[in-house]
Amino acid sequence: MPSITKPKIPLLALEKNELGLTIRDYDGAMSTLCAGCGHDSITAAIVRSVFELSIPPHRLCKLSGIGCSSKTPTYFVSAAHGFNSVHGRMAAIASGANAANRDLHYIGVSGDGDSLSIGLGHLAHAIRRNVDMLYVIADNGVYGLTKGQFSASADLESTTKRGEPNTTPPIDPVVLALSLGATFVARAFSGDKRQLVPILKAGLTHRGFALVDVISPCVQFNDHEGSTKSYLYTREHELRATDFVPPAEEIVADVPSEGTVSVTMHSGSVITFTSLPEGYDPTDRASVIAYLDERAASHEIVTGLLYASDGTPDLHELNQTSETPLVSIPFERLCPGSAALEELQQRFT
Amino acid sequence: MGPTDVNDPSYYHRVVDCQWACPAHTNVPEYIRLIAQGRYDDAYLLNRESNVFPGILGRTCDRPCEPACRRARVDGEPVAICRLKRVTADLRGDISDRLPRSPSEKNGKRVACIGAGPASLAVANDLLPLGYSVTIFERHDAPGGLMRTNIPAFRLPSEVLDEECRAILDMGADIRYRSPVTSLRALLAEGYDAIFVGSGAPRGKELDLPGRHEETGETRIHIGIDWLESIAFGHTDSIGERVLIIGVGNTAMDCCRSSRRLGGKDIKVMARRPRGFFKASPWELEDAEEEGVEILVNHAPKRFVIEDGKLRGMEFDILEWDERAEHSRVVGNLVMPCDDVILAIGQENAFPWIERDLGLEFGEWELPIVDEVTMESTLPGVFFGGDSAWGPKNIIWAVAHAHQAAISIHNHCQGIPVTERLPDGMNLVSQKMGISQWSYSNDFNPANRQRMDHVDLARRFSRLNLEVELGFSAEQTAREVERCLNCDIQTVFRARLCIECDACIDVCPAECLTITEDGDEADLVSRLTARRLNPDQGLYVSEPLPQTRRVMVKDENICVHCGLCAERCPTAAWNMERFELRIPYAADHVPSGVS
Ligand SMILES: Cc1cc2nc3c(=O)[nH]c(=O)nc-3n(C[C@H](O)[C@H](O)[C@H](O)COP(=O)(O)OP(=O)(O)OC[C@H]3O[C@@H](n4cnc5c(N)ncnc54)[C@H](O)[C@@H]3O)c2cc1C
Ligand SMILES: Cc1ncc(C[n+]2csc(CCOP(=O)(O)OP(=O)(O)O)c2C)c(N)n1
Ligand code: SF4
Ligand code: SF4
Ligand code: SF4
Ligand SMILES: [Mg+2]
Repeated sequence: MPSITKPKIPLLALEKNELGLTIRDYDGAMSTLCAGCGHDSITAAIVRSVFELSIPPHRLCKLSGIGCSSKTPTYFVSAAHGFNSVHGRMAAIASGANAANRDLHYIGVSGDGDSLSIGLGHLAHAIRRNVDMLYVIADNGVYGLTKGQFSASADLESTTKRGEPNTTPPIDPVVLALSLGATFVARAFSGDKRQLVPILKAGLTHRGFALVDVISPCVQFNDHEGSTKSYLYTREHELRATDFVPPAEEIVADVPSEGTVSVTMHSGSVITFTSLPEGYDPTDRASVIAYLDERAASHEIVTGLLYASDGTPDLHELNQTSETPLVSIPFERLCPGSAALEELQQRFT
Repeated sequence: MGPTDVNDPSYYHRVVDCQWACPAHTNVPEYIRLIAQGRYDDAYLLNRESNVFPGILGRTCDRPCEPACRRARVDGEPVAICRLKRVTADLRGDISDRLPRSPSEKNGKRVACIGAGPASLAVANDLLPLGYSVTIFERHDAPGGLMRTNIPAFRLPSEVLDEECRAILDMGADIRYRSPVTSLRALLAEGYDAIFVGSGAPRGKELDLPGRHEETGETRIHIGIDWLESIAFGHTDSIGERVLIIGVGNTAMDCCRSSRRLGGKDIKVMARRPRGFFKASPWELEDAEEEGVEILVNHAPKRFVIEDGKLRGMEFDILEWDERAEHSRVVGNLVMPCDDVILAIGQENAFPWIERDLGLEFGEWELPIVDEVTMESTLPGVFFGGDSAWGPKNIIWAVAHAHQAAISIHNHCQGIPVTERLPDGMNLVSQKMGISQWSYSNDFNPANRQRMDHVDLARRFSRLNLEVELGFSAEQTAREVERCLNCDIQTVFRARLCIECDACIDVCPAECLTITEDGDEADLVSRLTARRLNPDQGLYVSEPLPQTRRVMVKDENICVHCGLCAERCPTAAWNMERFELRIPYAADHVPSGVS
């Protein structure tokens, strides 16, 4: 535990966003994670993203399951709504919350354990339903909170801190999401906010399910020599496959149009990919999966916004959810009482 | 930019803004922590080491440290550094057995000091413990210089002054009162090994306007510093009801407030320029106005109105200034009736007793040519310091000069070149007490600056020498010490340990850290986490980091020294370490074992 909480200091050097808030207004409680945990950097990147997008704190809903990663919503945007669910159930809770109120921004933070083991089923269905949310997997290859057992994202050749090798093949959440039809898929690294923040911002503005797998080293149990998710290994094996101009920013005139691919988003804004490997089409699942397979064979960790599309209907379209958040509908209409229920039931007899 | 050289003590010294700004480089944060721990004796003695007169300066210092204080960048108001200095003097116990002493065996060298102001006293303070025989020639019959003759007792009680002068004189200085030096040639002939000139800037400036010399009887036009002196010595105890003070510097403030105590009722300070361009410190203006003194701006004195050989008033041009108060034009004119006029427009140096054929050269404004480092004049063995060197300054500058002059005098007497001086040294001590535990109070305390209480206006003028400021209460002290940001507890970085996890950057409440590619200054600054608002403040650039060869950059400007970066660093690449500036004094120039 840090000796003090991060003090709120009225600093002139801090910029204000469109709401007149500074980044300090998006802080949460003091982190209790291990010093140097990648998860804290993801927290900081989320804080920066919502600050830069000028999202009013009370229009944000943050959700999580169980794990060190799942503790992090406490550490950002104290004034937001939040739900800390049981292990692996965040995706289900988020689906329900999203259906009930389409006016909020949803950020789910989960771990590789939370999402790829106990919660895999819920994650799969949230992707299928195209729940309108940003889903962040803080991916460290271990169960950090329970002392460093391998998780389902641990690579085959990697070892535990004590040296035992992992013999079970991994699930790559990016490939999983692509094969389930996700509409926004990215991978990033907690140690590189210059890439992470624009991806989180794009994910927050995307309509539908945005999955971001963030390699997030566990300094305590998985930052050693045998790890393939350590700071050093990630830096040595990272391959930044794509770059893009985020939708909120104006596209500068001198961006070369050759070799760029633009995806028009639901809101009318455009994501422009500015650097892509040859033959790579970020709107074509098959080409992306093929590319990932090829790079995985040479142990490269592919990062960037890897896939984006906007044709697919989201949860609200699919399920014709209420346009008015349920919370704003008068109670009498929302719950007309047992007489009305009786009447309804009569119709089916 | 390449890595910053943090082995040069001046890098970390500059981070301690108050200490850097103090001419004598008083270790402010350390004495504030000592106060917080209730160690008043230690806090007093730490002050004394660098500034010699903590009780006096805790009341009267010009405090260049306060405008520099980092705290002002956070909530607009500096730590009450000066008032806390007074606390050390107010609350300390008997420290007489911890004061420096002179050895019974002298070193055989004789030093003469001219004047017993703060400059000479501080020279004596540094040299007596080394075995020097110090003789002080003073024209008056009491020590202290302008601290006694000009700073009014309602700001500086004589007991405080007496005690701190005595601490030095009791070391065995041979002080000769009523002994004005009238010839340097004669003094040189007495064969002293070195001479220190601490005679101040004793002449108040004249205002030679029409009417100045037309009074026939008793004069009612006074030179400010002479008039204050005659009050101090009890020769003056009254003044007319309507008083005009010409000038708006600190002397003017003492003159108007003294007038108020001697019977003045309608007291006006006449300023040529608009507010914001006054020389007086803001707190002195405040104190004067609190006592009912009126300050009139944009009035340029034109003539003394004398009728039948008696002062009747003064005529002024009314000016209009441009924005920067550089150019003015006359827009009107008026005669202000009055009983007395006090001229407080500055002081000058005067050395009628220094013969001009001794090889001691004078430059502009009749000021001696003095070396800025060694304080030596062009006549080897004759040193200057305090107001005598470069014109009127203040007490803390006099002390700072004196420390340097004492080193030179020592070298000169020992046959070592005066330019052979020890450089500043430093020491860094880790403040880590355990995981997330620091030896200093690292939390940010949002308390506001404590206000100094004053004696009620109703009672304030009952005695001429009633001290106005009451000093801080225990509660005020407890609150004020927590406002200090401990700028001397430095963030020390070891690049080779950093794994570039960003934890420090993410946790820093002041957004002062950045990891980025190295570049030239402008380029690097454009990539900082938060805007760089103060280019005068240090910018730390590390060695290249092991994993990516990027660099850690720290903008020192707004760091609040909370220690969170060091706490959240998994590899202890950051650590919080107390910086201690090792300032060499004359005593440090004595080879150990010899004195
Ligand atoms: C009205 C007024 C108020 C001030 N208030 C403050 C304040 O609040 N804070 C502050 O920091 N500074 C203040 N100052 C300035 C401060 O007092 C001086 O800068 C400081 O005292 C200079 O010290 P010194 O030792 O150089 O000279 P001085 O203090 O001037 O001492 C010189 C001494 O030498 C003696 N002397 C002179 N010539 C001879 C001679 N030929 N032979 C023998 N003795 C001689 C004098 O009698 C005097 O005692 C004030 C000045 C004035 C005029
Ligand atoms: C139902 C249930 N089963 C098991 C656990 C024990 N448990 C707590 S956290 C965790 C794994 C967390 O791993 P991950 O999601 O990767 O989070 P990390 O700590 O690595 O960030 C497990 C298995 C639990 N809390 N609840
Ligand atoms: S155990 Fe690992 S994941 Fe959990 S807080 Fe510590 S470093 Fe982070
Ligand atoms: S001590 Fe460290 S964390 Fe605190 S303000 Fe300074 S650089 Fe930032
Ligand atoms: S917390 Fe420590 S290891 Fe991490 S980036 Fe900062 S200095 Fe480097
Ligand atoms: Mg994990």
